[in-house]
Amino acid sequence: MNQVAEPVTDPTQYQDHDGAEMLRVRDLHAFYGESHILHGVDFDVKRGELVTLLGRNGAGRSTTLKSIMNMVGRRTGSIMINGNETLGMKPHRIPRLGIGYCPEERGIFASLDVEENLLLPPTVRSGGMSIDEIYAMFPNLYERRRSQGTRLSGGEQQMLAMARILRTGARMLLLDEITEGLAPVIVQKLGEVLVKLRDRGMTIVLVEQNFRFAAPLADRHYVMEHGRIIEEISKAELPGKRDHLNSLLGV
Amino acid sequence: MTMIFGVPFAVFMGQLMLGLINGAFYALLSLGLAVIFGLLKIVNFAHGAMYMLGAFATLLGMRYLGINYWAALLLAPLVVGLFGMVIERLLLRRIGHLDHLYGLLLTFGLALIFEGTLVNFFGVSGARYPTPEALQGGFQLGFMFLPVYRAWVLLAALVVCLGTWFIIERTRLGAYLRAGTENPALMQSFGVNVPLLITLTYGFGVALAAFAGVLAAPLYPVSPTMGSNLLIVVFAVVVIGGMGSILGAVLTGLGMGLIEGLTKVYYPEAANTVIFLVMILVLLIRPAGLFGKEA
Repeated sequence: MNQVAEPVTDPTQYQDHDGAEMLRVRDLHAFYGESHILHGVDFDVKRGELVTLLGRNGAGRSTTLKSIMNMVGRRTGSIMINGNETLGMKPHRIPRLGIGYCPEERGIFASLDVEENLLLPPTVRSGGMSIDEIYAMFPNLYERRRSQGTRLSGGEQQMLAMARILRTGARMLLLDEITEGLAPVIVQKLGEVLVKLRDRGMTIVLVEQNFRFAAPLADRHYVMEHGRIIEEISKAELPGKRDHLNSLLGV
Repeated sequence: MTMIFGVPFAVFMGQLMLGLINGAFYALLSLGLAVIFGLLKIVNFAHGAMYMLGAFATLLGMRYLGINYWAALLLAPLVVGLFGMVIERLLLRRIGHLDHLYGLLLTFGLALIFEGTLVNFFGVSGARYPTPEALQGGFQLGFMFLPVYRAWVLLAALVVCLGTWFIIERTRLGAYLRAGTENPALMQSFGVNVPLLITLTYGFGVALAAFAGVLAAPLYPVSPTMGSNLLIVVFAVVVIGGMGSILGAVLTGLGMGLIEGLTKVYYPEAANTVIFLVMILVLLIRPAGLFGKEA
């Protein structure tokens, strides 16, 4: 069992200085079989920042997150996480650098109940949220903890998909389209959760279609098109660039 | 003498008991097949050969190394399980990305190789393995005579089946297994070493077959073909129970053993085919199997 869930990364090997670079992606190319999806993506995220990847469908935002997790076919370039080059790392090693990934399709396991889903991801670092803290943040999950994971509503499944990576001690979250298809009241609740996580010092990379949701939360926005980052917009620049951004996103 | 539908009670119970013993073997083997299919999506045609290797390891261990039955009960599954892990690592893993048909063909080929190699050295006639002393004799139950060894086989098989069910349904490692069956890529993204989990799972499934082989050694002649004879029936059992269901595999195994035993009492000519008849009926009515989920 310990063999399968390998031991927690030694915290002393983890250089934890604030303001430092958490993620640095350089000239990232990614391929699914013959198709070339990412064409040299460059961006970086500082510790404690909330950064969004914006863009139209097919711009390569989800693929960028998957590439960071080594879940696509082939990758070239460089992905540094906390100063560690991860391009040659096996997929199951990457989360152990303190990364939690929430996929677009949420990936709730049907053969597990809610609590089993919540307890499933192995602890990657110390300092994750306790199960009580998680239930305090998501009371719905506590009420439904014995239900089959996939019996939950879409909103509850999204909460569960987020909640289970908070337990692991991950310090950087890669969140793919977490508001997709959800009712406004749930989207608002997710926004509150993100604020709480940011206040806890969590680094967050948010792939988002819903710009109105992302705008007030994020420190910086990266706009992607055709597998490249074409623009970086900081929070301060945002008011003046709204029309320009809308035209880029085709809103 | 009490009669049941024109059959003496003792004969009836005796056949039922035999059926249950066969059912215990079906259960152990189909359980391993179900576990392997769940995570690897491979129909392990080498399963019968692994059962046979378990029996041979027991026989040869005693003959050449002086390993007794009780030690073999532990060692044979361990050795065969390790052997299975090597096969998974060196062969099955390489075709993991291909159509599942290739896994079936590869394991079928391996089964033929193992069988053929042993036929070359030991022939097909089969050797006897003595019943361990502590398990000789029997209980006179009044209505029938129950050999101790058969009672032991039933007990051991049930304990191992329940233990397996417990591990898979009630432990954390089992949760990894179930989740890995559903979405291996996501499990990797959580930091679970899925390739290692797959190797261990194959080794475990194969060890279950080898354990059945040890139990079988004192009961049936130990011969290179003992596995392939049994495996066809076991596949029918798996189809009836539904691929990938743990409890389904165990219950169907025992149930089919009983049905086979009953058929031997009332219409012996059909005893060898009754399971296949049940299989056809089940496929017509519930194509996913009795315990299987509709895809």
